[in-house]
Amino acid sequence: MAQWTSLSEAIAANVRDGDTVALEGFTHLIPFAAGHEIIRQRKRNLSLVRMTPDLIYDQLIGAGCAKKLTFSWGGNPGVGSLHRFRDAVENGWPAPLEIEERSHSDLANAYVAGAANLPFAVFRGYAGSDLAQVNDRIRTVACPFTGESFAATPSVRPDVTVIHAQRADSKGNVLLWGILGVQKEAVLAAKRAVVTVEQRVHSLDAPPNACILPGWVVTAVCEVPRGATPSYAHGYYERDNAFYRAWDRISRDRELFTAWVKQNIFGTETFDDYLSLQRDTGAQAVAS
Amino acid sequence: MSQTYSSDEMMTVTAARMLRNGAVCFVGIGLPSTAANLARLTHAPDAVLVYESGPIGAKPPVLPLSIGDGNLAETADTVVSTPEIFRYWLQGGRVDVGFLGAAQLDRFANINTTVIGSYVRPKVRLPGAGGAPEISSSAKEVLIIVKHSQRTLVSKLDFVTSVGFLTGGDAREKLGLPGKGPVAVITDLCILRPHPESRELEVVRIHPGVSQAKIAESTGWEVRFSEECGETEPPGSTELEVLRDLKVRTAAAHGVWGAET
Repeated sequence: MAQWTSLSEAIAANVRDGDTVALEGFTHLIPFAAGHEIIRQRKRNLSLVRMTPDLIYDQLIGAGCAKKLTFSWGGNPGVGSLHRFRDAVENGWPAPLEIEERSHSDLANAYVAGAANLPFAVFRGYAGSDLAQVNDRIRTVACPFTGESFAATPSVRPDVTVIHAQRADSKGNVLLWGILGVQKEAVLAAKRAVVTVEQRVHSLDAPPNACILPGWVVTAVCEVPRGATPSYAHGYYERDNAFYRAWDRISRDRELFTAWVKQNIFGTETFDDYLSLQRDTGAQAVAS
Repeated sequence: MSQTYSSDEMMTVTAARMLRNGAVCFVGIGLPSTAANLARLTHAPDAVLVYESGPIGAKPPVLPLSIGDGNLAETADTVVSTPEIFRYWLQGGRVDVGFLGAAQLDRFANINTTVIGSYVRPKVRLPGAGGAPEISSSAKEVLIIVKHSQRTLVSKLDFVTSVGFLTGGDAREKLGLPGKGPVAVITDLCILRPHPESRELEVVRIHPGVSQAKIAESTGWEVRFSEECGETEPPGSTELEVLRDLKVRTAAAHGVWGAET
C-alpha cells in the first residue's frame, strides 16, 4: 500500500546508488521535483531509462548521477540539443556515459513487456536500421507459427520508476489524465514506484476507465504542487516554454551549468524553495 | 496575381499539398507538424493527425512546440497511451502517411537522426531515432520535409537511423517492410521523388525562381532531374494567409518564440 511521505523521504528510501531508474512523462507530467531531489541527495551510478530524456535527464547527467542512459530520443523539445547529455557522450564530462539507444516503438513495447512480466518485447521494427549494429540487445526472433522474423529486445524492468500525476486520494490511489505516455506501464514494470502529485484529494471522483494506478502498486506518494515544472500538468498549469529556451544557454557552458545546479538544487531544501528562488531570481538570471 | 513569399513558405505549402484529405497522418514535430496542420486548415479538413505522444485526430489551434503539448490532447478525437499509438495504430497498419524530417538524407531517402561522425566518438550527437524507424517502415507512405543543403542531402549517411530504399532497386521490397516507403522529399528548392526502378531520388518539380545549378550545388550527390521536370505551383494567397495566421497565433501563444524548428 502506498505510503504518503515527503519527497526527500521517498527518494532516500527508494532510489539507491546503482539502481536502474526510470523517470517517465512524455513531455507532460515530467517529474522534475523528484529528479531534483535525486540530484540533491547525490545519488550515483544510476542506470537511467527514459524514452525522451529532456531537461531533467540533462540535469541528472550533468550533475554526475548517471553511469548509463537507455533512451530513444534525447533533445530539448522545440529548442534543440541537450548540451549536458551531448557533453557526456561527446567528451565524457563529467563522466563517460554508457548509452543504450533504442527507438520509441521499442521502448514503449519494452515497458509493456516489463509490466506483463515478460523477459522481452516482440514487434515489427529496426529493419534496415544501423541501430541493431550498435546495440547488441536489439535482436530478432522467429514466429513459431510462420517463421517470420521480428525485432526482439529486452524488457525494461526498473528498480524504481518515478512519475508525476495530477491527483491521489488518501489511500494513495493515483489519477492521471491528458498525455499519458508510458507512465502506467513504467510503474507496473518496476519493483518500486514513487509518485508525486499536484494534489492530495479526499476522493478521486474519476469516471470508469480513467487511468488510475491503485495505491497498492505504488510504494510512496508525495504531494508536490507544481512538481512537473517546467513541464506542464494538464488542468493545473502550462509548460514554462521560457525555461526550456533559457536552458539552452545555461546548459551549453559547464561552469554556468554547475553554478545553476549549486544555486538552484544544492542551494535549496525543497522543490517549493526552488520554485520561490526561480520566481525571485530565475527571471533575471535567465534574462542576462 | 503575384505575391511575395519566402522559400520556407514555399516548402511548407508544397509539403502541405501532398497530404490528401481524409488521410491518417503520423506527424513528426517541427516542419512536418507545420505542414500537416496547414493542410488540415486548408484543403484537408478531415486529415487525421496522429502524434506519437498519444493524441489521435488532434486539431491544435496553434502549432505545438513539443510532441506532447496539452492542446494536442484537448483537441484530439481520443488520447491513447504511447505504447498503444505504436502497437495498435502504427504497427496495426492504420497510418496512411508518415511525415518526417531528417538531419541527413541520402539519395535513396534513408534518414540519419543519430550521429554525425562515428557512433562511438561522435562529432555531433543528434537526438536519436524517436519514432522514425518504425514510422518509416510501417506507415503506408512516407513524406519527408527538409531544408536543402549539402550538409543535409549527403552522398553517404554517417548512420542509417530509418530506412528509405536502402541501396535502391528492390532492396526495400526484399526486406518485406509493410509500408512502401518515401513517396516524396519536399525541400525549400524543389520536390524530389524516387525513380520507379532505381529508387534514386530525382528532382521532379523546381520551385519558382530556383535554378537547376542551385539545386545541383546544394545536393551532396550528383542529383538527377526528371525528364518531365517542371515548375512547382507557387503558394496561393489563401495558403499563405492561413500559414501566416497560424504562425502569428503560435508566436502569440508561446511568447516570443517562432515555431519553425
